[in-house]
Amino acid sequence: MNLLQRLFPNIDDWAEIGRACIDTLLMLGGSLALTVAIGLPLGVLLYLTAPNQLRPMPKLYAVTSLLVNILRSVPFIILMIVLMPVTYVLVGTKLGIRGAIPPLVIGAAPFFARLVETALREVQRSVIEASQAMGASLWQIVRHVLLPEARGGIFAGTTVTAIALVGYTAMGGAIGSGGLGDLAYRYGYLSYKSDYMLVTVVLLIVLVQLLQTIGDRVVARFGRH
Amino acid sequence: MIRFVDVHKSYRAGGRDIPALQPFSLDIADGEVFGIIGLSGAGKSTLIRLINLLERPSGGQVFVDEVEMTALAEPALRAQRRRIGMIFQHFNLLASQTVADNVAFPMRLAGERRDAVVRQRVGELLARVGLADHADKYPSQLSGGQKQRVGIARALANRPSILLCDEATSALDPQTTASVLGLLAQINRELKLTIVLITHEMDVVRRVCDRVAVLDGGVIVERGNVADVFLHPQHATTKRFVNEALPEESASAHLPYARVPGRLLRLSFRGDTTMTPALGRVARETGIDFNILAGRIDRIKDLPYGQLTLAMQGDRVDAALAALRQAGIEIEELPR
Repeated sequence: MNLLQRLFPNIDDWAEIGRACIDTLLMLGGSLALTVAIGLPLGVLLYLTAPNQLRPMPKLYAVTSLLVNILRSVPFIILMIVLMPVTYVLVGTKLGIRGAIPPLVIGAAPFFARLVETALREVQRSVIEASQAMGASLWQIVRHVLLPEARGGIFAGTTVTAIALVGYTAMGGAIGSGGLGDLAYRYGYLSYKSDYMLVTVVLLIVLVQLLQTIGDRVVARFGRH
Repeated sequence: MIRFVDVHKSYRAGGRDIPALQPFSLDIADGEVFGIIGLSGAGKSTLIRLINLLERPSGGQVFVDEVEMTALAEPALRAQRRRIGMIFQHFNLLASQTVADNVAFPMRLAGERRDAVVRQRVGELLARVGLADHADKYPSQLSGGQKQRVGIARALANRPSILLCDEATSALDPQTTASVLGLLAQINRELKLTIVLITHEMDVVRRVCDRVAVLDGGVIVERGNVADVFLHPQHATTKRFVNEALPEESASAHLPYARVPGRLLRLSFRGDTTMTPALGRVARETGIDFNILAGRIDRIKDLPYGQLTLAMQGDRVDAALAALRQAGIEIEELPR
C-alpha cells in the first residue's frame, strides 16, 4: 500500500479505477456484441448485392455502401456529439455506459461490415459454385459456405473492431460516458494528475494486448485449416 | 438421359454478344461415359455447366431424365441439381470442414437431419473411394488425388444419376490421374451412373469414355464412339488430340516414308482381331512382304486395339488387303 501511495500519490481511490475498468469492459462487451449483430448481416448484404456477386442489386448496394462510407468518414468524437439526440431517443440518456453504446455501435458497425465484406470476398467463387451445383439455396450458401469459410477473416475483423472500440470508449470518456478514458481525461488531463493518466494508459495497453492475443488464438483455432 | 436441343450460349461483354457455343443438339445416354474434349476456350466448361444450369443457355432446351431443366423455377432447379453430382479440377472442398463433413454436406443441404443416417452414408462413401481412415482430416492435410476422391464421395452422396467431371484430373500427376480415372470407371460400372467429363487430354477420353465429342471454337466438330474417333479421326483438331495421345505415331509421321517402297497402309485392329495372327497368315498365303514402320498396341477403355503403319509390297497386295478386311481389320491407304 505504501509503495502504491509513493508511486501514485494522487490516486486515493483504487476502487474508482476498478469501477472504471468494469465500465470500460461493459461498454466494450455491449457495443462489440451489438456491432457484430448489426455489422455481420450488413457485411453479408454488402457482399451479396455488390456488382457481379450472388444477388447483384446495384441501387441497394450503392445506397448501403454510401451510408457505410459516410459513417466511417465522420471522426468518432464528432459522431458521438451529432448522435446525442438519437442516443437519447434510443436509450433514454446521453450519459454513462448506456449513452455510450449507441454511438459506439453506429460508429463501429459500418467499419466491421466492411471487414466482413472483405473476408467474404476471400471465399473462392469456385467453392460457392460447387455448392450451387449441389443445389444449395442462397441462404444455405451464406450460412454453410460463406460464413464458415470466411470465419478466420471474420474473427480477425472482430479483433480489429474490438480494439478500435477500446479507443472509441476512451474517447467517449471526454463527453461523460465513464470508463478508463473518462478517468484519464478528468483526472489525468483536466487535473494534471499524471499518475492517473499513466495507470489508465497502462490498463488500456493491457486490455488491447489481451484482446489481440485472444483474437489471434481464436483465428488460429477456427481459421483455415 | 441428357438431351440438348438447339442449345447455344453467348456472353454479353462490352455491349456485344460473344458467342461461346454455336447451336448444337446432343444426346447422352444413360449409363455411358461421355467425353467432351477441347482446348481451353473451346467452350467445354460452358457446355458441361449447361447440364446443371450453372450456366443458362441463351437459347434452346436442356433435358435431364426427361425434365426440362431450362423450364424449371429456382426451387425445382435446386432439387434437380441434387440428383446431379459434380467434381472439379480444383476440387472445391470446404476448407473449414473435415473430410466427413464435406461428404455429408450435400445430404445436409438436401435436408437430412438424422446424424446416424448421414454418418453411415459418409462411411460407405469414404470406404468406396478408399479414404475410410481420413474422415476427420481437413482438406489441406490431403494430397491432390485424395482431395479429388473426397470430391467424388461428396458428389455421390445424394445418389445422383449423373456425375459431371469438370477437368477432374487436370491438376493431378499421371499416376494419380490413372487411379482417379480407374475409380470413375468403377463407379460407372457398379452404380450405372452416367458420367460426362470434359478434358483437354485424349488419353483421359481413351481410358474411360464410351463416346466423345470434340469441341473447337464453340462448335462440335466431331463426335462418335471413342474407338472410331480415336482410330479414324476426321477433323484436324481431333487428329491433333489423337496424335498427342500417340507420341510414337506423331513422331513417326515425320519419317521419310517417301523413300519406303510399297504401298503405305494403316491397319487398325479392334477387340478380338488383335488376338488373331491375321497379318502373318495373310502374308504367308498371298506371298506379300510387309515392313512395319510404326505401331501401337493398347486399350480403348476395355477394348484392346492395335494400329500399325506399314508398307506392303508384292504382286497380290489387293488380295491380301481383301483377306485382311475379311478378318475384320480396318485398312486405310495413306497418301505418299
